[in-house]
Amino acid sequence: MPLDLNILIGGAAGQGVHAISTPLAKSLVRAGAWVVVTQDYQSRIRGGHIFNVLRVADTPLAGPREGVDLLVALNQETVALHLPELAPGGVIIYDAATVKELPPGVTAVGLSLADLLPGTAAGEIAVNAGASGALLGLLQVPVAGLAEMLAESFAAKGEEVAEWNRRAATRGWELARAVAYPHSLAHLTPPDPPRLFISGHEALALGALMAGLTFISGYPMTPWTSLFNAIGQRALKYGVVLEQAEDEICAINMAIGASYAGARAMTGTSGGGFCLMTEAVGLAAMTETPLVVVVAQRPGPSTGLPTRTSQGDLQFVLWAGQDDSPRAVLAPGSPAQGFSLALKAFDLAERYQTPVFILTDQFFADSQHTCRPEDFVARPVPMAVELKPAGGVYERYALTESGISPRRLPGFGPELVVADSDEHTPDGHLTEDLEIRVKMHEKRLRKLTGLAREMRGLTTLGDPEAPLVLLCWGSSRGPVSEAVSRLAAQGVAARMVHLSELWPFPREAVVEALKGARKLVAVEQNASGQLNRLLRQETGLMAAHAVRRYDGRPFTPEYILRGLSGVV
Amino acid sequence: MLPLELYEGIESAWCPGCGNFPMLKAFKQALAELEIRPQDLVVVSAIGQSSKFPHYLKCNTFNGIHGRALPVATGIRLANPRLKVVVTVGDGDQYGEGGNHLLAAFRRNPDLTLVVHNNQVYALTKGQASPTSDQGMKTLLQPQGVPYPPLHPLALAVAQDCSWVGRSFAGLPQHLTRMYKEALTHRGMAFLEVLQPCVTFNKINTYEWYRKRVYEVEKRPDYAPEDELWAYRVAKEWGEQIPIGVIFRKPRPILEESFPQLAAGPLAGKVPERPLAELLQEFT
Repeated sequence: MPLDLNILIGGAAGQGVHAISTPLAKSLVRAGAWVVVTQDYQSRIRGGHIFNVLRVADTPLAGPREGVDLLVALNQETVALHLPELAPGGVIIYDAATVKELPPGVTAVGLSLADLLPGTAAGEIAVNAGASGALLGLLQVPVAGLAEMLAESFAAKGEEVAEWNRRAATRGWELARAVAYPHSLAHLTPPDPPRLFISGHEALALGALMAGLTFISGYPMTPWTSLFNAIGQRALKYGVVLEQAEDEICAINMAIGASYAGARAMTGTSGGGFCLMTEAVGLAAMTETPLVVVVAQRPGPSTGLPTRTSQGDLQFVLWAGQDDSPRAVLAPGSPAQGFSLALKAFDLAERYQTPVFILTDQFFADSQHTCRPEDFVARPVPMAVELKPAGGVYERYALTESGISPRRLPGFGPELVVADSDEHTPDGHLTEDLEIRVKMHEKRLRKLTGLAREMRGLTTLGDPEAPLVLLCWGSSRGPVSEAVSRLAAQGVAARMVHLSELWPFPREAVVEALKGARKLVAVEQNASGQLNRLLRQETGLMAAHAVRRYDGRPFTPEYILRGLSGVV
Repeated sequence: MLPLELYEGIESAWCPGCGNFPMLKAFKQALAELEIRPQDLVVVSAIGQSSKFPHYLKCNTFNGIHGRALPVATGIRLANPRLKVVVTVGDGDQYGEGGNHLLAAFRRNPDLTLVVHNNQVYALTKGQASPTSDQGMKTLLQPQGVPYPPLHPLALAVAQDCSWVGRSFAGLPQHLTRMYKEALTHRGMAFLEVLQPCVTFNKINTYEWYRKRVYEVEKRPDYAPEDELWAYRVAKEWGEQIPIGVIFRKPRPILEESFPQLAAGPLAGKVPERPLAELLQEFT
C-alpha cells in the first residue's frame, strides 16, 4: 500500500505557517518523498486563519487531495476548524502554549519551549521548528537535513537563533520518535539526481529566463505577483530589466516599446489588471510586436476573491481587444509544462510577431510540486529579425502569404522601422485606403493559419477506449488525472483529455481525441463552462455533462468524483 | 549639419495654417543642425493631430494608442539606450488620457524629449475642451463654457523635479528651433510644451492671442531656472503674460543608470544564454 498522507499546518497569519512548510517539504523531497504543497491564505470561516497542506507520498503525486492525517496546530482555532477533517488514526502536533483543549481519544504531541529549548530566551516561534522536527520523527525521516536548513534560513537573525532552531527541530524529532505511528517513510532513499520542489510560477519564470527574457514590466496584483517576484529575484543576476509600472496600462505599453526596440519582453497581470491592458493587446497585434502576456486568473467579476483560484478568464483572454486580431493562448497544467510553454510562448511571439498569452491561476501559481529535473528541457529561442541590409525599400508590413513580414529593429541599420496603431500601408504609415485596409487585416489574420499548425499540447490519459471522458484545461490537469486513476481503481473505465494549448483551437486533434466519448464531461473552474462553449464553437461537439467549481478553491479528485456521481 | 531633405516624410493631412507646420519645420531644422540621423531617432506618438507628426517626418516611428506614448518610449529607452527618443503628443493625450504616465515619467527621468503640442483643444475629435482649455471657453460639448480652471503642467513638472522644463510658441520659429535643440541635447527627461494654435477649432487662443502674451523668460532680471521656487512661480504664470524659454533645469540621474544590467550594452537584438542547471539548483 503506497503511503499518502496529508499534513495540515494551521495558525494565525504571522505565526510562521508558510515559513516552516517550505523547509519541511524540501527536507522530505530531499529524503525521496513526493510532496505537493497548497496554500490557503484566508479561512473559509473567518479571517486571519491560514493553513498549508503538505501532501506527502512515496510515489509521484498529481496534485492535492482532501482530508487530514497529521494536524499541526499553532493555535486553538486550527484544532477547532480542522478536527472534522482529521482521518481515523490521525495525530495532532500542537503548540502547548496556545492550544489548551484537545479532543479525547486522538493521539496528540504537545510541544512547549520548556521541553524544546530549556533555559533559553527563544521566542514562541521556535516551536514551529520543533513541530517540523516532530513530523519527521513520526515519519521516521532523519532530522539532520531539516535542522541544517532551518539553521541556514535563520542565519540572518544571528548564530543563537539559528542554533535554537536546529536544537528545537532535533528535540521535536526525538519527542515524536517515542510516539507509535503506523506510517513510515524510512524506506525512502535520496533521489539521484535530486528532485525539484517548485511552484508553477517559479517554473514559468525559469522558462522565461531560458527563453532569453530581457525585459519585464508589470504592476503588482495577486496572483500574478508571484511570477513577477520570481523574475525580480533573479533579474540583476541574469540581466533582465524589470520595471514596476504605475499601472497595468503602462506595464503592457512599456513591454511593447521594449519589444519594438528589440528586447525579449513580457508583462502579466490578473483580473482587473488585464481589463486595463486590453486596449494594448490590440496595439501589439496591430503593430505586429512580439509580446508574452501572463494572465493569472482569480475569481471575479471585479475584485472578486483576490487570493483564490479560478479558470474564469478563458473567454475574456480569447477575445480581449478591438475587432479580430491574431493571438495564441496557452495554459500549463503542471510546473514542467509551465516551463516548456514559457519557451513556446516566446518562440511563437517572436516568429509570429503577435501577442501570446499564458493563462495561469492562483492554484497553478503558488502550489509547489515535486518534479523530475529531466522534465525541464530548454531549447534555444533565437531572434527572428532581419539584420542584413535590405538593399532596397524596407516595408515593415510587407504583404506576405504567411502574414509574417520581415521584422527589423530601429537603430540597427539605415532601414526605418515605422510601426502604427492606425491601419497602415506596408511601409507603416497611416492610411484610409480601404483596399489596403482589407489586405492588411487579412494579412494579420493569416498568422492564425500558421499558429494553428503549431498547436499541440493535448494530453490523453487513462483507458483510450473509455466512453467516459473528462475534458479539462490548464491547472486542472493534476486533480482530473487523479480522478481518472481513482475511477480505474474502482473499476470504472475513464480517460482524461487535457488541453494546454487552446488557441488557435486544435480542432482536429480534439475531435480525434474525443472519438468514442459517449459520456463527455467538461471539468472547469468557472460557472458557465467556457471551454465547453469553445469546444462547441470550434468543433460542433459539446459536453453533455459538467463538473464546475467556482468557490475559489482548487479542484480535488474527491470534488470531481462527487461531481461525477450522477454521470458514472 | 545634415541636409534637411533627409527628414522629408509623407504629405500631411493637417489644416492649412495649423501650428503643427512650423513645429515640423523647426524640428527638422534642429535635427539637421544636431546631425541626428533618421535611423538613430525614434519618434513615439499616440492619438491626436500632433501624433501624426512622425509620419510627416522620416525616422523610426512608433505611433501607439491614446495617452500611452511615454510608456512605449520608456520601454524603447530601456531596450536600447543608444536610440534618440522623442515623444510628440498633444495636450489632450498627455495631460488628459496619459496623466498618470506623465507623473511617473517625471520621477523616472528617462533620457528622452517629450514635446507636448498644446493647442488647448481636442482637434482630432473636432473641438471639445482639453485639460488646458481656458476656463469659460465655449465648445459644442461645453456650450456653457469650460467650468474648471486649466491644468498647469509645467508647474506640475517643476514640483516633481522634471529635469528640464521649457516652453515655446509655434509662431516663433527660431525660438522653437533653439528650444528643440536644447531639449534634444539635455541629458534626462526634457519636457517641452509648445503653444500651437489650432486654426480650426480654437478661435480664442489664436496666433495673435499668443503673440500678445508670450515673453522670453531668459530676459527677466530675476531669471533663475535652477531655483525651483522661482521656476514654480514662473511655470504657473498664465493669462496676460505667458513665459516661454527654459523655465527649470535640475540635473538628476537618468532612469537608464538605475539598471546595472544595461552596462553590458543594449538589450536590443540579444538573446542571453543562461545556465539551466544553475537555475534549477535552487529548487533541489
